Amino acid sequence: MAYSDRVLDHYENPRNVGSFGKDEEGVATGMVGAPACGDVMKLQIKVGPNGIIQDARFKTYGCGSAIASSSLVTEWVKGKSLDEALGIKNTHIAEELALPPVKIHCSILAEDAIKAAIADYKAKHEDAQRTLPKAANA
Amino acid sequence: MHTSKLPIYFDYSATTPVDPRVAEVMIPWLTEHFGNPASRSHSYGWEAEEAVENARAEVAKLVNCDSKEIIWTSGATESNNLAIKGAAQFYQARGKHIVTVKTEHKAVLDTCRELERHGFEVTYLDPEPDGLVDLDKFRAALRPDTIIASVMYVNNEIGVIQPIAELGEICRQGVGNGAIIFHVDAAQATGKVLIDLQKLKVDLMSFSAHKTYGPKGIGALYVRRKPRVRLEAQMHGGGHERGLRSGTLATHQIAGMGEAFRIARLEMAAENERIRMLRDKLLDGLGGIEEIYVNGDMERRVPHNLNISFNFVEGESLIMGMKELAVSSGSACTSASLEPSYVLRALGRNDELAHSSIRFTLGRFSTAEDIEFAVKLIRERIGKLREMSPLWEMFKDGVDLNSVQWAAH
Repeated sequence: MAYSDRVLDHYENPRNVGSFGKDEEGVATGMVGAPACGDVMKLQIKVGPNGIIQDARFKTYGCGSAIASSSLVTEWVKGKSLDEALGIKNTHIAEELALPPVKIHCSILAEDAIKAAIADYKAKHEDAQRTLPKAANA
Repeated sequence: MHTSKLPIYFDYSATTPVDPRVAEVMIPWLTEHFGNPASRSHSYGWEAEEAVENARAEVAKLVNCDSKEIIWTSGATESNNLAIKGAAQFYQARGKHIVTVKTEHKAVLDTCRELERHGFEVTYLDPEPDGLVDLDKFRAALRPDTIIASVMYVNNEIGVIQPIAELGEICRQGVGNGAIIFHVDAAQATGKVLIDLQKLKVDLMSFSAHKTYGPKGIGALYVRRKPRVRLEAQMHGGGHERGLRSGTLATHQIAGMGEAFRIARLEMAAENERIRMLRDKLLDGLGGIEEIYVNGDMERRVPHNLNISFNFVEGESLIMGMKELAVSSGSACTSASLEPSYVLRALGRNDELAHSSIRFTLGRFSTAEDIEFAVKLIRERIGKLREMSPLWEMFKDGVDLNSVQWAAH
């Protein structure tokens, strides 16, 4: 199977591989996929107090396209707000990496990983949000 | 230092290069001595026929049978089709039940599925976790209406050698309704294990040239004459090969297969020893890596094959990281689909281990330098990929992966 140059690039030089410390502030984790399917992606985002994603890390068990999709996603979410990050669609990922039809599901999983990470962040910070004074809009 | 542009070939079970000696034998039959072996009236035909018969004798010699029992086909897939469909159709008045194994090649499994569509019933046995067929379970699956059993000699994915002699005895005895026809797909066995059809109670045996340093597109089928085995032909048109397989014989292909099998007969013993040493060297080199599993029995296995699962690393990503090596993850036949190897699944391997398997198969032209290069490369890449793997991380943290609730798609 011939891979596109961009997939190969992300595979040889993956961006942001790793994990944040367990107790780091503002970290949320999304884990999607299943070993039985041959694809598991773990995406972590570090969100600043202003709601902007400052940093991201990934770990992926899966084929080259899956690794490339998740690596790309860690690049794309940095500097975005949560809502902007939710706007990243698998079609953008697939286009950027020139994924063949048989590998489109990797980009879908990467999109799901973003959603899962953001959902995790929102769940963790629900309480915090409720008690935040609405000073910014006053 | 590996310098050529093509990767180092470790995929001999997928196909083998044509031995230069074989290629040399083939060429004159293309441009100079191009006659049709069935042309009875002139020397172009006579000499082609002679070459065909000489090659037939070489194939027969490798497996110790009579020349008259060898039929030329386009390959082991066609031989499997002819054997199973041919026997099923001929003997269906006796019964319509067939027994085979889940780890057979698709050429057998898909042929059985096709027969199921025509009213036959097929039992697909599970092998033991080591890949071998259990004799008692095999016997228990045979019924008075069973007409054929098909078990491959050597498995293409894991290289295990089935107990063909014992299985043949069981089929010949039958279960009270006469002998059961026993077909063996020996495509991966020629040149690797000694085959003696005088001793083995095998009725039909499929052979492939391109797995034994011959050309692709030619194979053979052994059809026993004592006791006589009958088949319904699947290719009609001229009655070639005793009416069993019509079609002009490809003299150059046949001469090639004959030469390949002749070389195999003469060089098999020494070659196997050399290859075994190389394979063991590969296994030793990888032995230090944590969490690796060899798939299939190591004892009753051909010396060429090493099929290993590297836990927590997905097979395709590993292959991508080893572009300098030509290997396969699962068999070539399953690489187009997204499913994990059906052979490894049939062994009881869980999905992750099936997805994480790499098959290394060595051959005539593999060298010790190839192995050293491969070991170094694999150790490096496994390290890098495990650093990237969330499953490895969880394993290292002591998480039981079986207890995790996955958000599967």
